[in-house]
Amino acid sequence: MEFQSILSAAAGGHGAVNPWAAVAYLVSGILFILALRGLSSPATAQAGNRFGMAGMLIAVVTTLLTHAPATADGLLDTVGLVEILVAIGIGAVIGIVMARKIAMTAMPQLVAAFHSLVGLAAVAVAAAAYLNPQAFGIADAAGEIFTVSRIEMGLGIAIGAITFSGSVIAFLKLNGNMSGAPIMLPGRHVINLGTLAAIIGLVAYFTFDQSPWVFWTVTGLSFAIGFLLIIPIGGADMPVVVSMLNSYSGWAAAAMGFTLGNTAMIITGALVGSSGAILSYIMCRAMNRSFISVIAGGFGGDDAAAGAGGSKEQRPWKPGSAEDAAFLMSQAENVIIVPGYGMAVAQAQHALREMGDQLKKEGVNVKYAIHPVAGRMPGHMNVLLAEANVPYDEVFELEDINGEFAQCDVAFVIGANDVTNPAAKTDKTSPIYGMPVLDVEKAKTVLFVKRSMGGVGYAGVDNDVFYMDQTMMLLGDAKKMADDIVKALSGSGH
Amino acid sequence: MDFIAIFSIFVLACFVGYFVVWSVTPALHTPLMSVTNAISSVIIVGALIASAAAGSASSKWLGLAAVVMASVNIFGGFAVTARMLAMYKKKER
Repeated sequence: MEFQSILSAAAGGHGAVNPWAAVAYLVSGILFILALRGLSSPATAQAGNRFGMAGMLIAVVTTLLTHAPATADGLLDTVGLVEILVAIGIGAVIGIVMARKIAMTAMPQLVAAFHSLVGLAAVAVAAAAYLNPQAFGIADAAGEIFTVSRIEMGLGIAIGAITFSGSVIAFLKLNGNMSGAPIMLPGRHVINLGTLAAIIGLVAYFTFDQSPWVFWTVTGLSFAIGFLLIIPIGGADMPVVVSMLNSYSGWAAAAMGFTLGNTAMIITGALVGSSGAILSYIMCRAMNRSFISVIAGGFGGDDAAAGAGGSKEQRPWKPGSAEDAAFLMSQAENVIIVPGYGMAVAQAQHALREMGDQLKKEGVNVKYAIHPVAGRMPGHMNVLLAEANVPYDEVFELEDINGEFAQCDVAFVIGANDVTNPAAKTDKTSPIYGMPVLDVEKAKTVLFVKRSMGGVGYAGVDNDVFYMDQTMMLLGDAKKMADDIVKALSGSGH
Repeated sequence: MDFIAIFSIFVLACFVGYFVVWSVTPALHTPLMSVTNAISSVIIVGALIASAAAGSASSKWLGLAAVVMASVNIFGGFAVTARMLAMYKKKER
């Protein structure tokens, strides 16, 4: 029977691999590459996503065919198959409901939650392989696991566990269940380095001794280190953390791919691992911080103590109203809107787009400028603006638009602060010195929407833009302010 | 497959990943994260093998649990990516 021959040919993980299955996994790996390739432009991205789905379907069907549950006499075990299909069905329902219901502003939490699931799934798979190594073809007849497989498995479970517990903390911080402020344990660097060294030492020892205590101690320590690594990192550094955990989830998949000798998993793991690493690098560069300093933590609580940086002398500033803002912008030729995390918090993106539409009706040229670390994850602002129906060709990245502030009449800053601070360019003593910033101060007029004058950005530094002659401070909730400006614009009788 | 063959694939895939990811437009970095999330759940392959294997009940249940978790991610990840990508529109002219 053909089915059985497929079954037996694929029985060995590292050993005899069914050539058709190997080709199928390669195809699915290539489809995953094309899925990421599609994201080079919004025009091709949806097709790319469908390539990804096709790749996943091929990988799952191939595995079901080559590793179908079998009864003792070699026939298809229908109960076993139904159990598997039910498991997939449960996951599908939960996943699709989550994907439909989630608010776009909550996307960072959702991504963190998904990362934690990849991590936990990797842990479960590694544990299953440890408990039943023959089924994975990674042990000899006596149950001795191959040395290479022990290293792969040890790394897989360690990275998986770190991904899980780290992502759970990131989720709790992003979701507001846990304060975004860094939590600093005394002697944490010593504790962390000690735990990491212990994990590496035990994985090495695992190659000599495959006893359960070694395996489960590695698992336990890895859960602990994931937790310890993320609690001292503040809310504003979350874009780096989320990207880093993204990278880890890839490496975990790659490690399990090595264990199973599966090309689809290895290619995917390498893709996701490099993707997360590159995103972390981009985020660090956009904050002019080193990866090490982010990991060391302690920076960027959501509510850094006011007055922490610089003297707090009272400097004069100019308040303005929604009507003033509406008048100034309707008279302008070019307006650049700079959104930040505050816009996401206030859910102001729809009101902001209406404001943009009103201005365009009056013949104003409206553009949006996005700083790479605005928001809580890479590309966060772009998604929110897209949700509000802002066309993506009106939205520009920092390096593409920064030269245009000098020619623009109004820079409208809403919910952003540090990313506009000129001190990053001039003041060597500033904690944000060297960070690339949007040159809003070069605009003829700056309208700065902010909740109050008291608060400072996450870096705890004052922003000179507030006190410039051409700046008008619009104090209030971002959404209410944008709504009021829309009202004032539509009431102006054009 | 022997270790060196697999390792070669891995290293080459890292290079492919490096170049492909740098070509992703920054505007799509959030969908990039959600889609990488979905595809890293290809770990479901290992979960399916564990769930189908005879010989250890605990291994099988761990496998089934991993199948559920990975499916949440696969379906959720692709669905949320599709939902986001559908929102990116060009200016109507």
